[in-house]
Amino acid sequence: MSIVKQALRAGRHALPKADPNFGAPIDTSHGPILYVEGISVSFDGFKALNDLNLYVDDGELRCIIGPNGAGKTTMMDVITGKTRPDEGSVFFGQSINLLELSEHQIARGGIGRKFQKPTIFEALTVYENLELATAANKRVWSTLTRELNGAQKDRIEEVLHTIGLITQRHQDAGALSHGQKQWLEIGMLLMQEPRVLLVDEPVAGMTGEEVEHTAQLLTSLAGKHSVIVVEHDMAFVRSIARTVTVLHQGSVLAEGSMDQVQNDPKVIEVYLGET
Amino acid sequence: MLTQRLLTSDRGGMIVLGIIAVALVLVPILNMTLPRESPFYVSNFTVALLGKFLCFALLALAVDLIWGYAGILSLGHGAFFALGGYAMGMYLMRQIGERGVYGHPELLDFMVVMNWESLPWYWQGFDMFWFAALMILLIPGLLALVFGWLAFRSRVTGVYFAIITQALTYALMLAFFRNEMGFGGNNGLNDFKTILGFEIATRATRAGLFVASGIALILGYLSCRYIVTSRMGRVLVSIRDAESRTRFSGYKVESYKLWVFVYSSMMAAVAGALYVPQVGIINPGEFSPLNSIEVVVWVATGGRGTLYGAIVGAFSVNYAKTFFTTWSPQTWLFVLGSLFVLVTLLLPKGLVGLFNHLKRKQREDNPPPEAPSEDAATIKSPGGAA
Repeated sequence: MSIVKQALRAGRHALPKADPNFGAPIDTSHGPILYVEGISVSFDGFKALNDLNLYVDDGELRCIIGPNGAGKTTMMDVITGKTRPDEGSVFFGQSINLLELSEHQIARGGIGRKFQKPTIFEALTVYENLELATAANKRVWSTLTRELNGAQKDRIEEVLHTIGLITQRHQDAGALSHGQKQWLEIGMLLMQEPRVLLVDEPVAGMTGEEVEHTAQLLTSLAGKHSVIVVEHDMAFVRSIARTVTVLHQGSVLAEGSMDQVQNDPKVIEVYLGET
Repeated sequence: MLTQRLLTSDRGGMIVLGIIAVALVLVPILNMTLPRESPFYVSNFTVALLGKFLCFALLALAVDLIWGYAGILSLGHGAFFALGGYAMGMYLMRQIGERGVYGHPELLDFMVVMNWESLPWYWQGFDMFWFAALMILLIPGLLALVFGWLAFRSRVTGVYFAIITQALTYALMLAFFRNEMGFGGNNGLNDFKTILGFEIATRATRAGLFVASGIALILGYLSCRYIVTSRMGRVLVSIRDAESRTRFSGYKVESYKLWVFVYSSMMAAVAGALYVPQVGIINPGEFSPLNSIEVVVWVATGGRGTLYGAIVGAFSVNYAKTFFTTWSPQTWLFVLGSLFVLVTLLLPKGLVGLFNHLKRKQREDNPPPEAPSEDAATIKSPGGAA
C-alpha cells in the first residue's frame, strides 16, 4: 500500500522521536485497527457511555448512527484522548494503548478527527490551514526554523485539487462557504495522513450536490484509511454504508448492514420508528 | 531571502522601523551638536523621554507577541520588565563602589544602614557586566518557564491566566517592598554613577543608551517577525483561534505557549534593563499591577496582532500620558480608562486598523489601475510557497 510507504517515508525524517509509536507500523494482524472495549464514561452521574464495545477493521468504512445523546461524540472524545473513560480500554492496532497518550500524540500516531461544527483556522489562508495539518515534524523548534520540504508542498497541492479549493488557496479560510469549510477540514485530515479518520456529521448543512461529492470522497478514502462516520442524515448513511453501528444510551444496540439494522425491531423502536 | 520574508508585506512595520532608524541617527546629532537656542535643538529631557518610550515599545512588542498571536493575555508582563530592571540596577549599584554616602567598598548604602555585615549571596557577581546581562535574561526567563509550565500544563487559559499573572506581579511587588529582601525596599535602587565605565549622567552616555534601546527595539521587532512568519507563527495563530483543534492536528500546545511566553518575558526583561539606566531608578512600584494593565492598553490602542501596532500604541499612549500628567495629573487615569473602553468599543483593531481602514476606503473611492484582488493575493502569499 503506497500510503503506508509514504507515511513511513515521511516518518523517518519528519516525525518526532518522542512518540514511541510513530512511524512504527500499526499491528493489524488480527484484523481490527481499533479496539474499543468495555468503555464507560459518566458525567456527574449521567452515563454517557455504558460498557461500549466497538471493533473497526483496517480499511473499513463504518457508519455510526443513534439518537441525540446516544454517546457518539463522547465515543470520539475517548478515542482521540479528549475524555478519559472511567473504565475500559482503547487499543490502536494490537499494541498501542490510546488511553496512555495525550491528544497530540494520538493525532501524530495516526488518528485524525473532523468535528461536527467545521473547525478550521479562520484567520489563516486555505493553504496555511493545510500546511498546519501536514504530517511533518510538529515540534516547536522545527516549526520555527524549517519550512516544509518539496514533497510535503506537492502533497498540499494534490489535496487542494482533491477538495476543489485550488483557486481559493490564498483566501482566508474564514471567508469560505459552509460546505467549503467542511471540505477544507476533510483536506486537513488527509494532510495528517491518518490510518483512522473519525468524521463527525460531515454533511450537516451541505447542499445535495455537496453531499454527493462528500459521499464519493469518503468512499474513496476507505481501503487506504479506516473511516468512521457519525451521521444523522439517513439517506447519506445508506449511500455510503457497508456496516452500520447503532448506539443507544451509551452502548451498542445493533450492528450489521443497513438493511439488517433497519429491520431490527429494537432499532425501529428507539430510533427509526420515531421518523 | 530572509529580509524579504521579514519585511515584504509588512509596509506598516517598514514605515515604523524606518522612522525609528532615522530618529536613532538624528536625535543624538541634534542633541549634541546644535546650540540650545536653535529651533531644531532636541533637549536632554526629550532624549530621555524618547529613550524611555523605546523601552516601552519593546515591552509592548513582547506583550503583542503572546497576546496578539498566541492569545495569551498576560496582565503581569510588568513583572518581567521590572525583574530585568532590577538585574540591571544591581549591576549599576555595584558600580558605585566607594562613591556611596558611607563609602563602604562593597556594601551598598542601604545595607550599611541595616547593619549588614557582608554582601548577600545573590548580590555576588553583579559587579561584572556579563554576569548581570546573563541574569537579565535568565531570571525573568526562569520565572516565566516555571510559572508558564505550571499554568499551561494545567490548561489555565483566558481570563484565569490573566488573573494569576496579576497575582504574580502583585506578589513580587509586596516582596520587593520588604527591606529584608535586600533590594532597597521602598526606595529601590537609585543614585547610579557609571555604566561600563561611563558617567551615567552625561549627554553622550544618554545618547548611547537611547541608541542601544532603539537597536534593541529593531532587533526585537525583527525577531518577532521571524517568529510570526515561520510555520510556528501559524501554529500560534491557530492556538489562539482554536486551541483544541490544534491539539487534534498533532501539536503539543503547551510547549508552544511555554516557548513563546518565555521568549516574550525575556524581551520584556531587556526592555526593563535598558529603561533603568535612563530613568536612574528602579523601585517596587514598577511591579504595580496597574503598570502591566497599561501595557495591554498600549497594545490594544495601537492594534493587536500586528507587531508594529504595539510600537505605535506604546508611543502614542505614552505621549498622551506625558501630556496629560504635566497638564493635569489627576485626569490621566480617567483618560486611560476611557481610552480602553473607547478602543474596545470603537477601534477593535486599534489605531493601525483605523489607518488601514481609511486607506482602503480612499482606495475604493478612487480605484488604482491594477486590480486590488491581485494585491491581496501577493500579501497573503506564504513565504516560499509560490
